[in-house]
Amino acid sequence: MKFAVIVFPGSNCDHDAYHAAKHVLGQDAEFIWHKETSVKGADVVILPGGFSYGDYLRTGAIAQFSPVMTAVKAFAAGGGPLLGICNGFQVLCESRLLPGALLRNRDLKFHCAHVHLRVEQTDTPFTMRAFRGQVLSVPIAHGEGNYFADAQTLAELEASRRIVFRYCDESGQVTDAANPNGSLSNIAGICNDTRNVVGLMPHPERACESSLGSTDGLVLFDSVVASLAADGALTA
Amino acid sequence: MSTVDAALLDRHALKPDEYERIVAALGREPSFTELGIFSVMWSEHCSYKSSRVHLRTLPTKGSRVLQGPGENAGAVDIGDGMAAVFKIESHNHPSFIEPYQGAATGVGGIIRDIFTMGARPVALLNSLRFGPMDGAHGARTRRIVEGVVAGIAGYGNSIGIPTVGGEIVFEEPYTGNPLVNVFCLGLSRADALVKGRADGVGNPVYYVGAKTGRDGIHGATMASAEFDEKSAEKRPAVQVGDPFMEKLLLEACLELMKSDALIGVQDMGAAGLTCATSEMGARSGSGIEIDVMHVPQRESGMTPYEIMLSESQERMLLVVKKGREREVEEIFDKWDLHAAHVGVVTGDGLLRVKDHGSVVAEIPNTALVDDAPVYNRPMSRPAYLDEVQQFDPSTLPRVHPQDALLRLLSSPTIGSKRWVYRQYDHMVRTNTVVLAGMGAAVIRVKETSRALAMSVDGNGRYCYLDPRRGAMLAVAEAARNVACAGAQPIGATNCLNFGNPERPEIMWQFAEAVQGIGEACRALDVPITGGNVSLYNETDGKAIYPTPVLGVVGVIEDASRALTRAFHGSDDDIVLLGETHEELGGSEFLRTLHGVVRGQPPRLDLRQERALIDLLVGAASAGVLQSAHDCSDGGIAVTLAECTFDTGGIGCEVDLPPDHGVETALFSESASRVVVTAAHQDLDRLLKMAAERGIPARVIGRTGGTRLRITVGGQHAIDCDVREAEQRWSGALAGHFQRQAS
Repeated sequence: MKFAVIVFPGSNCDHDAYHAAKHVLGQDAEFIWHKETSVKGADVVILPGGFSYGDYLRTGAIAQFSPVMTAVKAFAAGGGPLLGICNGFQVLCESRLLPGALLRNRDLKFHCAHVHLRVEQTDTPFTMRAFRGQVLSVPIAHGEGNYFADAQTLAELEASRRIVFRYCDESGQVTDAANPNGSLSNIAGICNDTRNVVGLMPHPERACESSLGSTDGLVLFDSVVASLAADGALTA
Repeated sequence: MSTVDAALLDRHALKPDEYERIVAALGREPSFTELGIFSVMWSEHCSYKSSRVHLRTLPTKGSRVLQGPGENAGAVDIGDGMAAVFKIESHNHPSFIEPYQGAATGVGGIIRDIFTMGARPVALLNSLRFGPMDGAHGARTRRIVEGVVAGIAGYGNSIGIPTVGGEIVFEEPYTGNPLVNVFCLGLSRADALVKGRADGVGNPVYYVGAKTGRDGIHGATMASAEFDEKSAEKRPAVQVGDPFMEKLLLEACLELMKSDALIGVQDMGAAGLTCATSEMGARSGSGIEIDVMHVPQRESGMTPYEIMLSESQERMLLVVKKGREREVEEIFDKWDLHAAHVGVVTGDGLLRVKDHGSVVAEIPNTALVDDAPVYNRPMSRPAYLDEVQQFDPSTLPRVHPQDALLRLLSSPTIGSKRWVYRQYDHMVRTNTVVLAGMGAAVIRVKETSRALAMSVDGNGRYCYLDPRRGAMLAVAEAARNVACAGAQPIGATNCLNFGNPERPEIMWQFAEAVQGIGEACRALDVPITGGNVSLYNETDGKAIYPTPVLGVVGVIEDASRALTRAFHGSDDDIVLLGETHEELGGSEFLRTLHGVVRGQPPRLDLRQERALIDLLVGAASAGVLQSAHDCSDGGIAVTLAECTFDTGGIGCEVDLPPDHGVETALFSESASRVVVTAAHQDLDRLLKMAAERGIPARVIGRTGGTRLRITVGGQHAIDCDVREAEQRWSGALAGHFQRQAS
């Protein structure tokens, strides 16, 4: 199984996603430079965190025009599992692969800390091994993670069960105090209507080894591996 | 040819006798461009003219040292063929004038120093000093703090290098002159270190990175003068950082370094193109000829003088092998960077600058670099010392110990720095095995089973009271902090922040501090591999405390053995290693509770310190320790309180020996002391290991419960709820900014 990690100029969590896929999961992984025009037969594509193009203009705004994004969009349209982490989530929103936008954190400051996430939906390739209501301890590190969408979009997301992760407290309660950035409805991550494209602000790749304080992020990677294995079994 | 008069020399901060030396070195009057080049290369910032005679006395060699001072950064061997490349540098003056950009470009500069050596930067730390956040200048100080922190975050977060630790102090003498010292560490193969050399006559010289603008002209000269009320007018001399450009440069340079097309590289930091060309030439005994018409320029109509002196950020100078130009240009093209071929290496030892083919400057590199003036400046012991060293603690009013502890915990210098470090991405690169705020910073080295611990420490108050001992204590504290994480200290870098060296009292402080650093580094076997000197830290004639800051790097052989300050669980034995003496002089207790900065800093027995470090490293690697925390600011009471924080409320019951009274027992800052915990079954082993090394070790209590209970000789002293104390501590710094927001 092969993970592709897209590298935009300014990506800086590309090595971390690669390390998680390659060395923690033991899967095949490859960096794909943004000027490439194919995802090179990858089974999973990750848009990593960082500051693509320096986050100049708007976070994630310029990366959507990178040549590789045409191939990424085709991969997603074909049902391939695509995960956007942090800046990658911002790129997905800017590319219209996911609805909404990420605004500046409500206190206007960058936050780096472990937070708690509640898994809301388990019928995505990145959460199928989690259970509904499971609380994950995963770090955030962003200045612009305040999820916003208009009321209609938000209602659609709720109705179609596309809010995949919400910020919560240790016990799983979704409270304002547990919301680190002011996101509407404590939204930490969402998926598209075909559920194969998932974007989230927290960094699951930073929570895959006990020496780093948490292995709760592994469930996203384990899920996609299991999901692809299941697909393979079905199509074989 | 310009007419050189006193006013022109003054504008270039050159003394008349220095001008005579320039004329002698050239055998003629300099051109205007040449005068500018000399002025920046001979500035205090670039030439170390006041400090050089003293710095020479520092120990810089050791079995682990791969690169000592003189290159862009130092390097030590960390085993398995790997090297840690590190250095600390100041950006004090720019950060006062323009806090965000001053701090941001400081971070950018030190990162360039590290990857210039061929190392991938993996960790940033910083040492910050500001004035008090309340009082007359409180509002301005809070703005400076916010700006500096945001600038460090803005640059480090964007470029993707974790800011994993540091120290922050708030004290009156830094009100008009904050200190912003930034440390960076990178990793490289030991056999792949790159040097800033210009070898091989005929090899092409490339310029890559941001375009040259008029920003930062005479930045190095600005950093070599005192401040006054007109300092704000110098704002144009502060540069603007572009972390995205630097990220591209970093990746492109590391990619180029994997090929063997590169001869040498240097970043254009202080004194820009001038410094890079002359230093690279001087190191190789060669010359460099460039034509400024090829230098990419951001503004039109720039003169050769401006181009040579600009300190625009994110620029590198490279010497590559002739015939490999295509390969080099292709790598930079990949990263959308333009590599401009600006010149060539020559054999004549000259820095030759042309403008559209005609020579505008021609100076022997040795005159700029090696023959820069060296001053043995007059020194005299300051008169204030006799006065302030007198101190009788019995004259102080009594304070209830618990009130004293809570006041210390709620002071911003001791309080939690979470408000600051949560603005820094301290986890990117997934190596941070000890999170910020938990003790020395620890990052794992993925290619090995090892980890590196780092700590930056200084104590300006101690150095004000006794510069030599204060500097020794700074070395000892940084080394001890690293050892508390379980790491063997193997190398150090220093940032020496002082006032105006033309004043004999300041020069004396400087010389004494350097002596102290040398003595301590020799005794603890931590050689100095590089660093930085920042002089003229004065505003309106008022100097800062003499403030040497030490950055120490250590190796933990087994990353899984890394320790933090926090208690690990209940029912562990709490052991005090080292002895408490009646040493309240210069303490945080005196300053915070009584507003007194007097007395003598604690004594330091370097042999004892070395044995203590050896014990900590040995006990940690043997797995007999659960936690370790150095006793320093605020004494053992603060240490114990901090051990209970971030544990989910694990308390302790401790009884301290009453030998010199309650205040000494709780708040003395005697050196070479560490509070450790051990599981009960490991206690005997620990005590035996301590006895073998001659380290006093006394079981003072046990972890457990939810209260912090300390008695002295059985008499009640402190009994408070851990969470309540932790709340005070957590809000100490953050509270200043919440108040401001409301």
